[in-house]
Amino acid sequence: MTAQPLLDVQDLTVEFSTRRGIVKAVQHVNISVAKGETLAIVGESGSGKSVTSYAVMRILDRAGKIAEGSVMFSGIDVKAATEDQMRDLRGREVSMIFQNPRAALNPIRKVGDQIEDVLRTHVQQAQVADHGEKAIEALEQVKIARPRERYHAYPFELSGGMCQRVVIALALACNPQLLIADEPTTGLDVTTQKAVMDLIVELTKRRAMSTILITHDLGLAAAYCDRVVVMEKGRVVETAKAADIFGNPQHPYTKKLMRATPRLGVSLRDLLPEEEGPAVMAGPDPAIHHASQDSSQSRDPRVKPGGDETKPLLRIEKLVKEYPRQGATAVLGKLFSRKPPVEPDVFRAVDGISFSIGHGESVGLVGESGCGKSTTSMMVMRLLDQTSGLIQFDGEDIGATAPSAFARLPQRSRIQMVFQDPTDSLNPRFTAARAIADPIMQLGDIRGRDALRARCEELATMVGLPHNLLDRFPHQLSGGQKARVGIARAIALHPKLVILDEPTAALDVSVQAVVLNLLQDLKARLGMSYLFVSHDLNVVRLLCDRVIVMRTGRIVEEGSSEQVLSDPKDDYTKELLTAIPHPPLPVH
Amino acid sequence: MLSMIGKRLMFAIPSLIGVVIVTFLLTRALPGDPAAYFAGPAATKEAVEQIRKKLGFDKPLVEQFFRYANDLAHGDFGNSLTTGQPVATEIRNRLPASAELTLLGLIVSIAIAIPLGVLAATRPGSWIDHLCRVTTTAGVSLPVFFTGLVLVYVFYFRLGWSPAPLGRLDVFYSAPPTVTGFYLIDTLLARDVEAFRSALSQLILPATTLAIFSLAPIARMTRASMLAVLASEFVRTARASGLSPATVIVTYAFRNAMLPVITTLSMVFSFLLGANVLVEKVFAWPGIGSYAVEALISSDFAPVQGFVLTMAVMYVLLNLVIDILYGVIDPRVRLEG
Repeated sequence: MTAQPLLDVQDLTVEFSTRRGIVKAVQHVNISVAKGETLAIVGESGSGKSVTSYAVMRILDRAGKIAEGSVMFSGIDVKAATEDQMRDLRGREVSMIFQNPRAALNPIRKVGDQIEDVLRTHVQQAQVADHGEKAIEALEQVKIARPRERYHAYPFELSGGMCQRVVIALALACNPQLLIADEPTTGLDVTTQKAVMDLIVELTKRRAMSTILITHDLGLAAAYCDRVVVMEKGRVVETAKAADIFGNPQHPYTKKLMRATPRLGVSLRDLLPEEEGPAVMAGPDPAIHHASQDSSQSRDPRVKPGGDETKPLLRIEKLVKEYPRQGATAVLGKLFSRKPPVEPDVFRAVDGISFSIGHGESVGLVGESGCGKSTTSMMVMRLLDQTSGLIQFDGEDIGATAPSAFARLPQRSRIQMVFQDPTDSLNPRFTAARAIADPIMQLGDIRGRDALRARCEELATMVGLPHNLLDRFPHQLSGGQKARVGIARAIALHPKLVILDEPTAALDVSVQAVVLNLLQDLKARLGMSYLFVSHDLNVVRLLCDRVIVMRTGRIVEEGSSEQVLSDPKDDYTKELLTAIPHPPLPVH
Repeated sequence: MLSMIGKRLMFAIPSLIGVVIVTFLLTRALPGDPAAYFAGPAATKEAVEQIRKKLGFDKPLVEQFFRYANDLAHGDFGNSLTTGQPVATEIRNRLPASAELTLLGLIVSIAIAIPLGVLAATRPGSWIDHLCRVTTTAGVSLPVFFTGLVLVYVFYFRLGWSPAPLGRLDVFYSAPPTVTGFYLIDTLLARDVEAFRSALSQLILPATTLAIFSLAPIARMTRASMLAVLASEFVRTARASGLSPATVIVTYAFRNAMLPVITTLSMVFSFLLGANVLVEKVFAWPGIGSYAVEALISSDFAPVQGFVLTMAVMYVLLNLVIDILYGVIDPRVRLEG
């Protein structure tokens, strides 16, 4: 790197003025990107990695400003440039890909028109004969089939992966020198993620572009980038070559991140920070320590719940869920349209699956979006009626009860759920204590303020939530704390089966590690069974005894976690496994 | 698109039937005996009975209803007891007056409120944002009759800029031949520029009064909706692609922000159309609002029923227009139609 870097960020500090005064989101950050280089900025939420990139583009919110330092992009001082100069730079020299591709596109404008808007802004009419043709060409380059047709599509007519391709086409339409990709594949399925990342790398390498990949996923950074910058709380803590940083991480935070990333050949305990020791689970707050010690003392593999142990706890047989293809207006629609429907009237979301979960067993239900895993869990949860098939829980046929009537059965309290989004699944007007007490007040037998409070505190201790947080509202809690509230609520009624619907998908890796360990401890201690719904095979392997892989409503493979993940039989499982980016194993 | 319109119209039929039934029952339930009212205070019991019989009020309610429904089906809304005129004719004459006034008021209001809301949203906390807030608060908190009277006082009585608030046209001009019923259009069609000017000058004050009142919901909704859209991710993408501020605000933000604004517009319009009685009173405007209120006071069933039915039909049509507009703006709605 003898030549002048394309992007040189020196001593950058970004401030936001908030109601509580000035917050420094990024402090004294130095980053440089050479021409043709791919750089990863890795960090957990709140580390300032996105803010850094917004500062480079100068698209910070109104409240944010570059307080100190300099940003030089190929000789232009970004901090001093006028707004017109910056506008000329954006999209033409530096462009950006965002997380959540569907939201990043104007929902009511054709995707082709959106690409054309960018072309029209930056490319002179004289240089290009036809902006429309150029836009179609841009779609073609991101490997969208039938680009001429897709030009006229609206974002809602395209899949998530397809939308991200459009966003990439938009970003690369004017051949910029630098591409900033901000979590470009978060929320996409692993196989889609691989396709999108491969596409980005292919296109940028071919054009000798520089890329900044902002991600929380170390595996992704390792697999696709030359150099890695690790950020923590607004500061750069380590910068190194990708190969070096995983082989020999220097900074404790990098080591902690490395440890927390689920990967092959490690157990759940290995994810936790080294200094606390693998057996005792301790987080930053003492209550977790307390809870985990409790659980490790009482942890005994032979402690099993009552009931008939020989029969499975949950038995699913030939479960089917069909949806009508058209909406509810289909009947009226038929009155008006004379052409007969071409497609069959029903769509099978779940297509005759059978499996069982034993007492104290945890089973992972894995598959990509649309495979029917969530539909299955909703039917088991009795939130959704099945079209046909048997759902037997603890020897009783609960599938025969309609979802609306199930809430009044005693079995309701025996099946509980932990939801994907810890924020959205909590009532924003309920305190943590009220949220935890809610199921007890609805179905439990504990009455009276003090008794309820005592039970809430007991549950809080179990999930490692400090008691002083019980009176806070969800917005006053961190993601990990909200996840604990969700778990405490689910176990409040001594359930036998807990359905975990991607409980850690919205959490940072280090928090995920702690929450996964907590779930493991609780299961052993309370003798629960888990149905763990997830798209992340690495996480499933850590927590589950058995794995079921689903695709288009059917089970394609089933077996013990170790067997399925190390020696998959089905091609689809193999595809899923190879799509996961792996960081090189750390050398100890 | 056509099938969507047909479907929407079909869904409107049950509600229209409901409106017919409810208005019929409600007017029967109103206090006051119209027969006694029309017989006059000095009438004998026999005379009242005679009138009752003549009006058909002695028949059972069900029979009365079917006669009413049958008449409606033939386009007969009955006769007003006070004026003796057929209700259908009166409404046909008066509805355009109300509609013209409301539409012009709304156009003035939109012309001010939407730019104001957009500017306030793009510059939150600036003087224009404060101006927006003050204007809308003032506009909505002043009752229309008060604003109307102040305008009349200042522009007619004090400054003498505008003509006397006495109806749709100055007395020196005769009404143009009816084509649309809107004097502004009809006078132009008749190439009568003087009459057009007169009609316009009569319209300005009442329309402004309505505009001041309806500014608040439209400006507020525009501002809130624009703020939400400007914070959205696709606007950030548009900015990060270097699009000009005009493109970002108009093509990306404003079109998306229009959806709730259009809903508000439709509500404001239908509200104003029927509820600007006070404005009509202040400016002696021959609209349907004042017509309905006068009929209500004198227990005159037929005009009240005619008014409510007309409003219901207007509302259905308005909603249809809104649905179509929605479909034009938002492709996702088109799909569901």
